[in-house]
Amino acid sequence: MSARLAQKIAFTILLLATLLVVLPVIFILGIIVAKGASAISWEFLFSMPRDGMTAGGIFPAVLGTLYLVLGAVLFAVPLGVLAAVYLVEYSSDNWFSRLVKLAIVNLAGVPSVVYGLFGLGIFVTFFRFGASILSGSLTLGIMILPVIITSAREALESVPRHFRTVSLSLGASRWQTIRHSVLPHALPGILTGMILGLGRAAGETAPILFTVAAFYLPRLPQSVFDQTMALPYHLYVISTQVPGIAENVRYGTALVLLTLVLLLNLAAIVLRSRFRRKKKW
Amino acid sequence: MVSAPAKFSIAGLHVHYGKLCVLRDLNLDIQANEIFTVIGPANSGKTTFLHALNRLVDLVPDSRLSGEVRLDGVDIRCGLEVEALRRKVGIVFALPLPLPISIFENVVYGLRMQGVRDAAVLDEAVERSLHESYLWDEVKDRLRSPAMNLSGGQQQRLCMARILAGRPDVLLFDEPTSGLDPISTARIEETMLNLKEKYTIVLVTNNVAQAARVGERTAFFLMGDLVEVSATSKMFTAPADSRTSDYITGKFG
Repeated sequence: MSARLAQKIAFTILLLATLLVVLPVIFILGIIVAKGASAISWEFLFSMPRDGMTAGGIFPAVLGTLYLVLGAVLFAVPLGVLAAVYLVEYSSDNWFSRLVKLAIVNLAGVPSVVYGLFGLGIFVTFFRFGASILSGSLTLGIMILPVIITSAREALESVPRHFRTVSLSLGASRWQTIRHSVLPHALPGILTGMILGLGRAAGETAPILFTVAAFYLPRLPQSVFDQTMALPYHLYVISTQVPGIAENVRYGTALVLLTLVLLLNLAAIVLRSRFRRKKKW
Repeated sequence: MVSAPAKFSIAGLHVHYGKLCVLRDLNLDIQANEIFTVIGPANSGKTTFLHALNRLVDLVPDSRLSGEVRLDGVDIRCGLEVEALRRKVGIVFALPLPLPISIFENVVYGLRMQGVRDAAVLDEAVERSLHESYLWDEVKDRLRSPAMNLSGGQQQRLCMARILAGRPDVLLFDEPTSGLDPISTARIEETMLNLKEKYTIVLVTNNVAQAARVGERTAFFLMGDLVEVSATSKMFTAPADSRTSDYITGKFG
């Protein structure tokens, strides 16, 4: 076989493999849009469900998911970034920091249903938060913590070493150096971690199953100690638990969830590119 | 030179990185307002010597400093805070390393970290230090533009202005012209000669000719040992040690 022919075959296989990766994504998106787009309306997005969830809108679920994602990020991002700063800037390479890093890697591999049970045990029962937005947000927050810490660590480590040396050589303290010459330059990377975390928190069902999600609520949550409906769980409910829900409502709900995650990501990406434009080295 | 008290007096200084000894039993004095040059081949401990003077060696994990370094008679390890020491003893690195912020912010970085907020004080410091480093005329109309847009030579003079803004006592130069073209090099050297009126300068250089051009006294380091220290003119005409003359005449290094 000639080298040229071998190359052609190889390229074809590579191209096919790539297409095979992209196809399911296009397929899924296509089906969801085709079957769900007809359900999308102002009323569907911004009104309460009616008639045993067979009619009306999904507003409480949309709002609930936004609350949960916001809560998870508010909890996990500061905590995760501070932990990453400690690991990268302060701790030396000893058994303790290695143990912490190992724990973080393992935390990332824990199945989401286990986080759900953990949240039930700790937040709902032990701390007596009950099934509430607070419990759900904290559970989701712990679930995305590894993503946030890992990406923040990578972002901090990618800030050139000499920024620190220069800052310290000009008489800045270690904390001033971190605050003024390291963190601002790590911000885009930290935001990337936040984006990844956002997407995961918005889409997961298992962690909110026992900690916050309500099957159906006639009114919107009033405080962080209330239960709430949430999109992923609502989707599960109307797809499997309640008979007689029109197909376009189910797919419409999936479309809303997908769009919500995309919009959140988009907002974070815009934010990140604005920071990036300012920083060049 | 004997009558004036030394700016830096160094006695029995050793620096170890882990088990590796990079500076061995160093004893020397640096006088106020002199340009003290340090020459020697790579890995002879020149940069470590500079970094010992403002305790940047502390940043190297496992580094250990023993012996005594006194600045104006005060022990640099227990006599004053490390931040205060580094403000008094500024350093210009081998490569121009501006921070990725504006020219103005680079110059006032040290002052801001000290807590200076007064805009008039900051403006004054920027103008004064940029004048001192002969950069003012080239950048006065674009102080708010990124420092990264400057040429290499300009960046290096900005790095000088950056330490001058904090009114230091001593300026350390670590091969400041190794990455620059001859014209930029000449400007930096000229700047150093002018700065000597007000500051004590320690210049580490790979370029023997540069030491001869600007230095008053010169030390020759080899493999962590101080081989010889004498007036620059004497070292380049009649070195006491044969290894010094071998290095200066280019037999090794």
